[in-house]
Amino acid sequence: MEIFDFYRKDRWPHVFCPGCGNGTVMNCFYRAFSELDLPLDKTAFVGGIGCSSRIPLYINSDALHTTHGRAIAFATGLKLAKPELKIVVFTGDGDLGAIGGNHFINGCRRNVDMTVICINNNIYGMTGGQASITTPHEYQSTTTPFGNKEYPFDLAEIAVAAGANYVARWTTRNVHELTRSMKSALQKKGFTFVEVVSQCPTNFGRRNRMADPSQMLEWFKESSVRRDKTKPSIDQVDLNLEGKITIGEFVDRNRECYEELIGVGKHG
Amino acid sequence: MKIAPGEYFLQGNEACVQGSLASGIRFFAGYPITPSTEIAEGLSHKLRGNDGVFLQMEDEIACISAVIGASWGGVKAMTATSGPGFSLMQEAIGYAAMSETPIVIVNVMRGGPSTGQPTRASQGDVMQTRYGSHGDYQVIAFAPDSVQEMFDLTVESFNYSEKYRVPAFLLSDAEIGHMRGLLTIPEKIKIIDRKEKGMKRADEAYDVPDELVRPFPVFGKGHKTMITGMTHTDSSKIEPEDVKVHQELVERLSEKILRNRKDINKWELKCPGSKTMIVSYGSAALGAKEVASADDRVGLLRLKSLWPFPEEPIAEVARNCSQILVSEMNLGMMYGEVKRVALENGCKKVELLSKIGGDPPTPSEFRHKLREMGAI
Repeated sequence: MEIFDFYRKDRWPHVFCPGCGNGTVMNCFYRAFSELDLPLDKTAFVGGIGCSSRIPLYINSDALHTTHGRAIAFATGLKLAKPELKIVVFTGDGDLGAIGGNHFINGCRRNVDMTVICINNNIYGMTGGQASITTPHEYQSTTTPFGNKEYPFDLAEIAVAAGANYVARWTTRNVHELTRSMKSALQKKGFTFVEVVSQCPTNFGRRNRMADPSQMLEWFKESSVRRDKTKPSIDQVDLNLEGKITIGEFVDRNRECYEELIGVGKHG
Repeated sequence: MKIAPGEYFLQGNEACVQGSLASGIRFFAGYPITPSTEIAEGLSHKLRGNDGVFLQMEDEIACISAVIGASWGGVKAMTATSGPGFSLMQEAIGYAAMSETPIVIVNVMRGGPSTGQPTRASQGDVMQTRYGSHGDYQVIAFAPDSVQEMFDLTVESFNYSEKYRVPAFLLSDAEIGHMRGLLTIPEKIKIIDRKEKGMKRADEAYDVPDELVRPFPVFGKGHKTMITGMTHTDSSKIEPEDVKVHQELVERLSEKILRNRKDINKWELKCPGSKTMIVSYGSAALGAKEVASADDRVGLLRLKSLWPFPEEPIAEVARNCSQILVSEMNLGMMYGEVKRVALENGCKKVELLSKIGGDPPTPSEFRHKLREMGAI
């Protein structure tokens, strides 16, 4: 499938700023999806509210652009009502981890078959750069003018603890690993979660001495620590807790998914 | 799932379960809350395997979100809640109105505000049903007064939500939901299914033109459906800055309901032409029924649908009586609406019998008030 058949040209120009990481994630996702040769008309894309949640509206398939934080709950209903559909949720750190945190935790626990891709840019980008639950400690935002006194939330670790079947985290620098993880997530039954630490030069970088997107990618490179599922304790899956970004595949397991347990449809 | 015609002795909430099954429900998501819980419990027994999906979710917001998602999967979907749970659902109700998603929300009303009276009846949510979410929109709401109507009006809620692509509400309360009584399930029940995009049907049940209610583009059929809660064009292009697109969309969402009031509104009239008319609904009308049946100086207009507001029957009553008594189990929510229509139609005296705390007004309380008004 050509990229212009996958994305809707008629909806361009898109809303993303120059240097935004969403383009990298969209490109990686297109690659993963088309290399697996998945049917676009049998895939529904769901988003909440925020920059990353707009991605479903640019894909040439069924899209459900929902309320803030509830994308996983909407996706759960859609999947169980029409089990032959593959469901992909695009979300962000605020949408998934803050306002939608409860649905995220219970989505992982319930293990309904869907792939959730969270673009974590450490900030509320669409509203102009307020601190989010993943803004690193002491970093600047429009609502933390004296530095962020809170500590960031670790989305991947929550997904591991809550029971997701597949969990990985990469940055927008790791395009090959990210594409491979997206393929693994799309192929796997049950709730699969890929977190992408991404740059928002406009609203995060600019206030934290990284106005140039390449400086942010440099920051990702310097602070990334690779840790894979082969290594033991999950308390090492921290994001920026010690100023580091842990990347890797953290979980790959086969808990029975919810629709199999209740006997709804068969996995396509 | 087929339900057998016949006579049953059931609880109101159980009759609602039967009504949803008769309508062809395929998806229910709920969260435990008194006094609506029996609906979720009942459907957890019925919606299994190929018959449909029952889901208990993490909160009421998740429930209504999942119900909307399921509706886009092409199935009839419902949730049931009360008081605080209904408040939590408001944002998604606005989303369902904006995205024109057919869903049914059962609200077994209890006393509020806040946690209030979990086990006692109230009619305190009638205005929240109409105005609860932000922005301009219209919904459809029914108010049952018996076990039979818990069944009948559940079916109507599904039918009208499907027909007009709008969230429809069954506004019951703790009294009606927990009442036990006779339910007759008829042999034939009129069921309306949404008009799907690209589907030709011989049994065209719709007299609503496509300009007002667009055919439903179900997911997974290659329509490349794009659904959003943002201001959008007919082809779902997001246009939040476009004045004209917003105006046309929001006006149509209201017009499709308001222009079809005559099709939607349902009511019961006892002793029309009486000098004094009681206007009431749901459990607040139970005592009024008895009074109106026993005394021909007093008539009753019982509203079976509350939204869109049934202006026509109220105007008709107002033109032909000298005074109106509105009775409801809140501090006077529909009273203001009834008074507006009554005054416009020449009935100058409109009084309120309001009762909160959980017990519906009794026949003697009605008589006391009617004596004060000089009606009897």
